[in-house]
Amino acid sequence: MQAALCDLKVGQGGTVVSVNANADILRRLLDIGIVSGTRVHCVLKSPLGDPSAFLIRGAVVALRNEDSVNITVDADFPLAVVKENGSYGAVGRHKSRRS
Amino acid sequence: MGLTVQSVGIKAAEADIKEKIPKGAKVIALAGNPNVGKSTLFNKLTGLKQHTGNWPGKTVTNAVGEYKNKENHFAFVDIPGTYSLIAHSAEEEVARDFLVFGEPDLAVVVCDATCLERNLNLVLQVSEICPKVVVCVNLLDEAAKKGIFVDLELLSKNLGLPVVGTSAQKGAGLDNLIEVISKTESGDFLASKRVKVDYPEVMEKAISELEAKLNSISSFFNNRWIAIRLLENDIAFITKLESHFGFCLKENPELLKTLEKVKKELLEAKIDESAFKKYLVSGLVLTAEAICDEKTVKFKNSDYKRRDLKIDKFVTGRVTGPICMLMLLAVIFWITISAANYPSALLWEFFSFLEAKLFEFSVSLGIPTVLADMLFHGVLRVLLWVVSVMLPPMAIFFPMFTLLEDFGYLPRIAFNLDRGFKGCSACGKQALTMCMGFGCNAAGITGCRIIDSRRERLIAIITNSFVPCNGRFPTLIAIITMFFISSGASGFVSALILTAVILLGIGTTFLVSKILALTLLKGAPSSFTLELPPYRKPQIGSVIVRSIFDRTVFVLLRAMSVAAPAGLVIWLLANLKINDLSLLSYISEFLDPFGRAIGMDGVILLGFILGFPANEIVIPIIIMAYVGGGTLTEYSSLFELKNLLISNGWTVTTAICVIVFSLMHWPCSTTVLTAKKETGSLYWSFITFITPTICGILLCFIINNLSKLF
Ligand SMILES: Nc1nc2c(ncn2[C@@H]2O[C@H](COP(=O)(O)OP(=O)(O)O)[C@@H](O)[C@H]2O)c(=O)[nH]1
Repeated sequence: MQAALCDLKVGQGGTVVSVNANADILRRLLDIGIVSGTRVHCVLKSPLGDPSAFLIRGAVVALRNEDSVNITVDADFPLAVVKENGSYGAVGRHKSRRS
Repeated sequence: MGLTVQSVGIKAAEADIKEKIPKGAKVIALAGNPNVGKSTLFNKLTGLKQHTGNWPGKTVTNAVGEYKNKENHFAFVDIPGTYSLIAHSAEEEVARDFLVFGEPDLAVVVCDATCLERNLNLVLQVSEICPKVVVCVNLLDEAAKKGIFVDLELLSKNLGLPVVGTSAQKGAGLDNLIEVISKTESGDFLASKRVKVDYPEVMEKAISELEAKLNSISSFFNNRWIAIRLLENDIAFITKLESHFGFCLKENPELLKTLEKVKKELLEAKIDESAFKKYLVSGLVLTAEAICDEKTVKFKNSDYKRRDLKIDKFVTGRVTGPICMLMLLAVIFWITISAANYPSALLWEFFSFLEAKLFEFSVSLGIPTVLADMLFHGVLRVLLWVVSVMLPPMAIFFPMFTLLEDFGYLPRIAFNLDRGFKGCSACGKQALTMCMGFGCNAAGITGCRIIDSRRERLIAIITNSFVPCNGRFPTLIAIITMFFISSGASGFVSALILTAVILLGIGTTFLVSKILALTLLKGAPSSFTLELPPYRKPQIGSVIVRSIFDRTVFVLLRAMSVAAPAGLVIWLLANLKINDLSLLSYISEFLDPFGRAIGMDGVILLGFILGFPANEIVIPIIIMAYVGGGTLTEYSSLFELKNLLISNGWTVTTAICVIVFSLMHWPCSTTVLTAKKETGSLYWSFITFITPTICGILLCFIINNLSKLF
């Protein structure tokens, strides 16, 4: 199920499909390791709902919705949410596919 | 609160980094992502006291420290933490420029073992630039707790670089690090075995072709790397490079021809400039991913992160998050105020006793009364006030704040407040610089370098002084205690009032940021990434020692060095007379109408003006001016001081206006100078100076007139 990164619910994971952003933002995203194939996991929303924090390659990084809306992810089947919820765990570690 | 001798004042200038390097020492650059323990490592190695803390972005300038043992003599340079060297922010530029132009003998890249893969991105970039590189995998103890195990040997093999494991906080692995640095520096490791970043074949071909051309012209420090920058068309960097080597690359016709040719070939393969950039970075990411395979980094399930998540859910919760922030603020103030009260009173009593005795004693020695008066009732009195009123709250507030900082709470504040800053078209990291402002506004302004966009950085700089630095805290506390707390009331009410004052400051920060973003600094908010580091147990003992000795004493000494001459000046003003009226009365009378219009009086205004070099001395100046030449012995407590103020016409409105004005007026001279240095522009330093001034005057004027209605 494809969705924008900002639409992931807390506890939900996904795999990045594509990143469509201008060069500036793109670099920032690439710096923190977001490329197609990267596993991401939404772990927190701030009190006002924006920004959200994601587990990306072992680190927790906050992104504003304007930036994360440009990242398309293949969201995990919501059932997975239940299982993985509550833990930063090793979910970020699925090896990504090259694209 | 990046407040150390290095981060404030003239010494902060990093341009002279080369001069600071001791003769004969090998220069070792310490690079790394933010918050990987680089400064901790640096401090352990060099015995210096760089600011450490658990949030990304503390180290924004280069620092140099020396290491010497029997065989080795190294100068370590701590460069700002960056994710990448493809510079898009000021601190990344500092880092990259040092690696490129600073010509270090060797670069150590410090990595976080708990998220190694991302750290390798920088390792790969540094190894593209520097001929000699050592990888230091730090935080091994934390990784072990999280069930993450790194096979260092395999990593070294995959990278083709020497790898050392350390736990900097415990000092583990440092000897080994020195040994490997020393071996690598003397050429023990082959550069040829190094892993190469995976770029698409067309790109690789283009790069090699251009590199070959560059080789035929001259050998710059690293032609392959320059070739990549040329293809990427990083104009700012190329210009720097050219001025460094005194050579105009782009005017070389042969080079230009080759450049055009390979660019055309790239275009044919559908790789334009922006695609080129994209491949550059994704090449890094994918290579890093390939190096960090399952054999190199092993994960065991662990509950460790579950704890972090629980804390995070609480401190960033919809309801609990804001409450938690407010409570923490209030509790910290409460502890500060109630714990500082008693020692402050004791010190004050002791000092006024001392002052009187010293005065008597020196007069009995035959020292002229005028001189003794000047020394003890002028210079010494201001000094003693500063010590007795400043020292206790600072010695309590600093360690507590540092504990929070080390624990890792500050980035969560930024996370909570970001929505508000976005609403003002500003950057969420402004919350971090605001927090630094609690320590010292000058340090806060230097810290604004963590904000990438110039527009947003300027907003953060201009509004930084709306949070009271610790030079102003004691003033606020003293006035609140005097005027709003009945004697005997607990410190908690003071703490609540102080919290309200801080909230006013933060509210003004938002409002002024918004106004700036609508007028002088128009623009849309830029993209924003903020790392929330794992919580770490602060080392309580060392935090206390460090914050008292490094920060408190430093701030106190600075305040005292201003207080002594200020005491002299104010004494002279009070005692030099023309037509039987002191100079002080002339000046304060001159200022009086204006002072009264904003709810204060001429003396108070003069206090704020003379307090320009350091806000700490505002209150003692006011008191001295009221007392004139007399002694202070009869005012041995805050409540008696209150009587002095009241007898000089203070009302509750005066107290409120002084509190507001102390929160918002011209920043101290150090802060303005720092703003000048950071913005490089007189215009923006003037705006930094005038903005809070206007706000304070306006607000006090309104308060004063409103109070007349009732
Ligand atoms: N557990 C653990 N914590 C560390 C280690 N090294 C540094 N820290 C902590 O990590 C945080 C960041 O360290 P700092 O030196 O300020 O990072 P820098 O931004 O890279 O300079 C601080 O709270 C340190 O106390 C280590 O080896 N183990």
